[in-house]
Amino acid sequence: MTTAGALLDIDGVTKRFGGFLALDRVSIQVRPGERLGLIGPNGSGKTTLINCVSGALPTDGGRILFEGRDITQLPAHQRTRLGIVRSFQIPKPFVSMTVLENLGIPLEYAAPARSGDAAVGALDILRMIGLESKAHLRPAGLTQIEMRKLELARAMAARPKLLISDEAMAGLSSAEVDDILTILFRLNEQGITIIMIEHIMRAVMRFSERVVVLDAGNRIAEGTPAEIVRNAAVEKAYLGE
Amino acid sequence: MKIRGALVVAVAVIGLGVLLGGLRVNPYIYFAGYVVLQYVVIATAWNVLGGYAGYVNFGTPAFFALGAYTSIALLEAFRAPLPVLILCGGLVAGLLGLGIGYLTLRLKGVFFSIATFALSVVLQTLIINWDYVGGAKGYTLIRPPVPFFRSWAVLLFILMVVLAVVTVLVARTIERSWIGRGLAALRDNEEAAECMGVPTLRLKLFATTISGFFLGVAGAPFPYYVTYVEPSSTFDLNYAVNALAMPMIGGTTTWLGPVIGAVLLGTAQQIATVTISSELNLLIVGVVLVLFVVLAPEGLTGLVRKLRRGRA
Repeated sequence: MTTAGALLDIDGVTKRFGGFLALDRVSIQVRPGERLGLIGPNGSGKTTLINCVSGALPTDGGRILFEGRDITQLPAHQRTRLGIVRSFQIPKPFVSMTVLENLGIPLEYAAPARSGDAAVGALDILRMIGLESKAHLRPAGLTQIEMRKLELARAMAARPKLLISDEAMAGLSSAEVDDILTILFRLNEQGITIIMIEHIMRAVMRFSERVVVLDAGNRIAEGTPAEIVRNAAVEKAYLGE
Repeated sequence: MKIRGALVVAVAVIGLGVLLGGLRVNPYIYFAGYVVLQYVVIATAWNVLGGYAGYVNFGTPAFFALGAYTSIALLEAFRAPLPVLILCGGLVAGLLGLGIGYLTLRLKGVFFSIATFALSVVLQTLIINWDYVGGAKGYTLIRPPVPFFRSWAVLLFILMVVLAVVTVLVARTIERSWIGRGLAALRDNEEAAECMGVPTLRLKLFATTISGFFLGVAGAPFPYYVTYVEPSSTFDLNYAVNALAMPMIGGTTTWLGPVIGAVLLGTAQQIATVTISSELNLLIVGVVLVLFVVLAPEGLTGLVRKLRRGRA
């Protein structure tokens, strides 16, 4: 079942690793401009789903549509160019480049198709994220939170329509979590649709307009944060019987 | 502007080569110079894949020998002229490069290196059993009278100057283009590069093909140089070790690194061969490589960069 007008339409996606069914016909629609939270216990298939959407993993069934176009067979870099950009759970900076040069890669490879001036773009993004003073440092000289910010800044430089933030806040202090949340809210205000994968419930619940819950490769619940908190199936998935 | 500057330097180097060719010095200088320059080509070509893209190729002998044996096959079949040999040697080795490019889909890191090493062994076995190009007993080339120049030594020396200059120019152009930046991104983190819009497979295929092409180019004039070609010296492990050691010593992230490494190490080896013993070559490479890996992992160019930054 597909919904007209969805930005991203994950339609019955299945993924197997050998005999293990990581995703079992998962369907999720994401509207343009939406803030969607994706939660679930460890091993529930969140990151696998994101890998299928971003193109890092091939699917074993189902379709993925972006702006109505079937992208199931597209390689990852072409999906990025269409506007699906992800950040990584464990930051993966380009270590031989400065922070500014890190942003140069997506600006050069992903963004030109849609945006104008690239050189100005990188500094603007760093200013917005608060990394401007570190522009000429190598990633090795950054702190944990700065590394996460670089990860987001680099994703921004690809000029995403859909940003998938994979546990951008794990291991951060609560003030730092607020810091990242502020950035994500601001990006959303600029019209970027955001899927947030997160274990920090306070953050997901505050950020998301809608939350989808995965458990053992199945979509077990969907609703507003308030509904999800009261949902019995979700409680069972997290806490057991 | 910058490109014009590089071209001026390139023409000057070639001019210097021709000038050296005109001097009436001991012909051994030209033979030794040929080997050093050949290593400039090899180290630079290797570095396009190994340094820029971060895929360590242990199969250099396969590409070098493929260039040499393509020449022999074309000489046997058509008496093809030298420029044709160089072009064809490069093309055939470039095709092999394209082939190993597809290996990178499944093999990363040390497994890629092992596969390229195996490739060299397989290819050597094939050549040993191919009688048309001399097989195990080797192939003897009777050189025709030398055209234009005083001797074959001078001609080959100047030829290698030109090939080295062209190879370095190509490597430098790649390094400073969007391709070079994309290769650096995938060297740092292939998954992140792909997710940032870098067409990693296409860039890797480009790097393996270009790298293979110039390794083949280095090998193509080899039959003219030695006049007797046999598999064990053409597939010599020396090529694999030097191709890796020279860029490591000079620095792998810029075009200058392999040039410096090849000139220093190549010259040291030539001097050692004459003054001490020809067996000492590999020992020198080994010791120098260990020293650099421990003390200056970013090579000489990296060391200079670090010293400059420290002072600033």
